[in-house]
Amino acid sequence: MAKQLTIAIASGKGGTGKTTIATNLAKVIAEDGKGVYYADCDVEEPNGHIFLKPQIEQSRTVTVPVPQVDENKCTDCGKCGEVCQYGAIVHLGNKKVLTFDNLCHSCAGCWMLCPAGAITQKKMEIGIIESGNSGDIHFAHGKLRIGNIRSVSLINQLKQSIKARDLVILDVPPGTSCPVVESLKNVDFVILVTEPTPFGLNDLKLAVDLVRKMEITFAVVINRDGIGDDKCEKYCQQENISILMKLPDDRRIAEAYSVGKMVVDALPEYRKDFTGLYENILQEAEK
Amino acid sequence: MIIAITASAEGIDSPVDPRFGRAAYFAIVDTENDQCNSIPNEAVSAAAGAGVTAAKTITDTGAQAVLTGNCGPNAARTLQAAGIKIYAGVSGTVKEAIEAFKAGKLNETQGPTVESHFGTNG
Ligand code: SF4
Ligand code: SF4
Repeated sequence: MAKQLTIAIASGKGGTGKTTIATNLAKVIAEDGKGVYYADCDVEEPNGHIFLKPQIEQSRTVTVPVPQVDENKCTDCGKCGEVCQYGAIVHLGNKKVLTFDNLCHSCAGCWMLCPAGAITQKKMEIGIIESGNSGDIHFAHGKLRIGNIRSVSLINQLKQSIKARDLVILDVPPGTSCPVVESLKNVDFVILVTEPTPFGLNDLKLAVDLVRKMEITFAVVINRDGIGDDKCEKYCQQENISILMKLPDDRRIAEAYSVGKMVVDALPEYRKDFTGLYENILQEAEK
Repeated sequence: MIIAITASAEGIDSPVDPRFGRAAYFAIVDTENDQCNSIPNEAVSAAAGAGVTAAKTITDTGAQAVLTGNCGPNAARTLQAAGIKIYAGVSGTVKEAIEAFKAGKLNETQGPTVESHFGTNG
């Protein structure tokens, strides 16, 4: 392969089988002898490790800077509170300045602007990044601290820690919010996983809008094909979106999932579906 | 004494807004003469930190007490640091709230009454 390809597996809502697609795809490509890096960007609820069962070799704490105020130095100018867009620092007068670490976005505005040098940076832990190997697959995921809101920063750090391989697979958090946008930055190709139901179609449309806005090449995978109607397929036809794979609604797949087994291990007959998906991705990505 | 009441509209007869950070208005009332000055809450559409920003607005009015429905932890911390007393669980109209306050019928609240993001829809 000429260059590294980064593929993101995303979906407009949770529970569509995104992780099933991402982990099994990683596995068949690795077995094909390619260097694969799987990174789980769903830092609020990572679950790729349940299926890939990686050997974790490294773990590091991720911190972000938040303000620390030396109230003795404060000259009551009020600038810190005015600049903060997040209500994370407030000046109450009489040298009283309150900070709220859980609201801070580390924009640096307050400590850059404080004319008295009363504000310095301290570190706040937002989560950890663990990495290791699952067979031939290089594995990494982020785990956000409970109650922390800084998933975007953690995803950013996680992506920076990825080492070059032939192929990088990003398991993207569900939805279309900021953490999704962060996960999709700089990827080459997106797979949107959906279920063929009215709800699935609704969320698929939202996801399509997002990737179109971000100008990323994408295609669709339909999971649990057969449970709903053909509206998703019709929509894709109308919009000229390729459907790269349809994974049938097979009770045995759900069973494998529920006990943390990979589909391609539990049901080898599906292996060709995933190798086919990989070939389709390569073709589409070159378009 | 100046007190602030969260209100869903302007004027002394409007209903008390149960939310603090996302309240539509703050009725700033002087208990000496019941003069009411309604100020819009600029934090109502803030992406985050509405409670803190709203608390700062109230601090700047010189109010010494806040009458509201519920108050989150960040707002409560800010108001307490500014020495402003919190009376939560208040309902009815702004006028009724003031009367209850004057009659000593309200109990001061010592901490937050709800989790963060209570007043956010979704
Ligand atoms: S760093 Fe930015 S977000 Fe954080 S408290 Fe300072 S101004 Fe607010
Ligand atoms: S910017 Fe600095 S000097 Fe001004 S109020 Fe904030 S802490 Fe005090």
